Amino acid sequence: MTLLDVSKVSKRFPGVLALDHVRLAVGAGEVHALLGENGAGKSTLIKILSAAHAADEGTVTFDGHALDPRDAPLRRQQLGIATIYQEFNLFPELSVAENMYLGREPKRLGLIDWAKLRGDARDLLDELGLPLDPNEVIRHLTVAEQQMVEIAKAMTLNARLIIMDEPTAALSSREVDRLHAIIAGLKVRGVSVIYVSHRLAEVKAMCDRYTVMRDGRWVASGDVADVEVADMVRLMVGRNVEFTRRVRQGPPGPVVLKVEGVSPRRPRLSAPNYLKDIRLEVRAGEIVGLAGLVGAGRTDLARLIFGADAIASGSIKLDDKPLKLKSPRDAIKAGVMLVPEDRKQQGCFLDHSIRHNLSLPSLGGLSRMGQWIDENAERDLVETYRQKLRIKMANQETAIGKLSGGNQQKVLLGRSMALAPRVLIVDEPTRGIDIGAKAEVHQVLCDLAAQGVAIVVISSELAEVMAVSDRIVVFREGAVVADLEAETATEEGLMAYMATGDRPVSSGMEHRPQ
Amino acid sequence: MTASPTLSPDPAADRAAPPPGRRFDLLAFARKHRTILFLLLLIAVFGTVNERFLTLRNALNILSEVSIYGIIAVGMTYVILIGGIDVAVGSLLACASLAAAYVVTNLIGGSPAAWFVALAISSAVGLIAGYVHGKVVTKLHVPAFIVTLGGMTVWRGATLLLNDGGPISGFDAAYRWWGTGQILFVPVPIVVFALVAAVGHVVLRYTRYGRQVYAVGGNAEAARLSGVNVDFVVTSVYAVIGALAGLSGFLLSARLGSAEAVAGTGYELRVIASVVIGGASLSGGSGNVGGTILGALLIGVLSNGLVIMHVTSYFQQVVIGLIIVAAVAFDHYARTHKA
Repeated sequence: MTLLDVSKVSKRFPGVLALDHVRLAVGAGEVHALLGENGAGKSTLIKILSAAHAADEGTVTFDGHALDPRDAPLRRQQLGIATIYQEFNLFPELSVAENMYLGREPKRLGLIDWAKLRGDARDLLDELGLPLDPNEVIRHLTVAEQQMVEIAKAMTLNARLIIMDEPTAALSSREVDRLHAIIAGLKVRGVSVIYVSHRLAEVKAMCDRYTVMRDGRWVASGDVADVEVADMVRLMVGRNVEFTRRVRQGPPGPVVLKVEGVSPRRPRLSAPNYLKDIRLEVRAGEIVGLAGLVGAGRTDLARLIFGADAIASGSIKLDDKPLKLKSPRDAIKAGVMLVPEDRKQQGCFLDHSIRHNLSLPSLGGLSRMGQWIDENAERDLVETYRQKLRIKMANQETAIGKLSGGNQQKVLLGRSMALAPRVLIVDEPTRGIDIGAKAEVHQVLCDLAAQGVAIVVISSELAEVMAVSDRIVVFREGAVVADLEAETATEEGLMAYMATGDRPVSSGMEHRPQ
Repeated sequence: MTASPTLSPDPAADRAAPPPGRRFDLLAFARKHRTILFLLLLIAVFGTVNERFLTLRNALNILSEVSIYGIIAVGMTYVILIGGIDVAVGSLLACASLAAAYVVTNLIGGSPAAWFVALAISSAVGLIAGYVHGKVVTKLHVPAFIVTLGGMTVWRGATLLLNDGGPISGFDAAYRWWGTGQILFVPVPIVVFALVAAVGHVVLRYTRYGRQVYAVGGNAEAARLSGVNVDFVVTSVYAVIGALAGLSGFLLSARLGSAEAVAGTGYELRVIASVVIGGASLSGGSGNVGGTILGALLIGVLSNGLVIMHVTSYFQQVVIGLIIVAAVAFDHYARTHKA
């Protein structure tokens, strides 16, 4: 019996057709994998189901009734559609029980009946087999436990369909097994699950059916039992690469950056995968792309090389001399620059002018006696990078927050370039910017490499990694699983490494000995 | 690689600056210069109501009064710019000035350099105390409000302990000159305030350090990733405001002829109010010394005018409190309702 039926749903955002006549059918008690690369339209579809977005066209039928696209998200929850996003919707200072029944607490004489609240919560948790204390405060729980609270919360509303967006992205392998056991339990109760994941081995192991999306369109649906991982990869990827591939410019120079077995002193809470004995070499004039799923450890490595996080073991060498980094300041002095992944939180001073944003780390060289800023030299510097990077701006005094994402990114690139670094690490350099600006950013990176800069590009877009890299290093769960020549890499092959850590059977890619 | 240089249209960039030759926008003008307009309005009103208000003598009187807390307000501009706060300045002012007076009168009585020793000790006590505040904020990660709230009672308590709560007086003429003397008919505290404000403005506006202060308040993480030594900037800002509180305490004791344990009570409010009325954002990253000076003048004119009109000091407190809230409310309104 079909529980959810999505038919010919389209959604247009300014300038993009995010969904183009998409369909999806999920049966009762079925675990349905929704597959596709970044940008395939999975998130948009999820948001339409949870009513965070309204579809422009098409129909969504749930349990035999057509859903009103203008529903409020709360209405969908009441109908029995629960969505668990990667960012949880929990109140960190409240208890498990309070979060489960928030806004629907049992009352007596107009006041919250705490005994019943805890009792109900405990009963439901036991029933679902979730090992949680209803009185525990969310803040004290691990990511996996918080996810269980989200599932329990969905079940207090008698959810009949739970949508899970990348539920295992931040889980350890033991936690993944436990989640799968919980999902199996939900299935027995007749609850359906839409399981969005890049981890195809998991999909193969625990999903019943699959739907593949690509470029906002439906591509294929079927029984998971009938396909192999390689088939799913082929369905996801089969698209033209929209970037021109970089051609290696002559023989690479000497090794500039050498990373040997580093691990962070205090792993960040968001990243359960500790870096395992990472080895990485980047030569002058070479662009090395780091491919991998979110949480595979690429950003953590970048932060270590830049001195943003402290190192517990291993070494980082620049020109064969060990780097002792206490802070990003030390890295910048040594000639290492990072353009961070989160433009707004870690890169921009949104209310400050473009001039101040671009020149900040270079002020030492622009100042007399190290302090007295030569504003004419500063303006010249900003003007140089405005021309070089074709930054579209009214004038240098405009607040950077008023620029488009692509232009903001160019200002941040200019900030790094102005320091003439030996090593430049760019983390998700084109996330959320339009295709024209992406190509321009790629060109800038190639030009820098031509000048002898050693460049590391982290990107979740495989097409991008393949387009700009000379070499591609694939990360999976905190370890390097492959080190390849970009010329021979294929998207299918990279995806297989990222998802399973296994070498693809017939990709024809050449594996570099490490 | 050959990238196609398709430049994307960017409407945001075009919107950033108003087209040249736009007609005069009264509302925007009033918003931009609101503090000075309100100040002029107050002066006009008080001047009309009372003839004693608009005299040179009263003007210098107001300025002398403003100078004492205005000096600290310059430092508070830096503190608020980095997104911090310091409510210990009033207590620190008393502690530093009393410590200085204690040394000068009890240990080196009669020395011709007494004023210099007092000035040095008062500033140094403030500097060290402020440095400690900064270290606790950066190393122990205690919120600045809590650190300085603790400091507020600690330094006041220390002041009372120092001389059993009594005042210390009996300064020589050279010492008193710093509070009551004149340079070219201008009272000395006003000259000191002008110097502090000028240095404060220049450092903030023209130096790399000033840029880093704005950067830390605008986005501390981005500042760190841009190579700014965030801990140093934060600590230094608290140390500087401490030293300025000490300097201010020295001038106040010279003006009154005695160092008192209750001196500077409530100054933290006046000082913070000056900065906030001057347009700085309490979340950090925006504000300037010029605005703070106007804010301090506004509070000074208001207090003085109300006194001249025989309004009780109790009612003055009500009015100043209301004006602070109104200034911030207006600021928020102006930010969220762009013309």
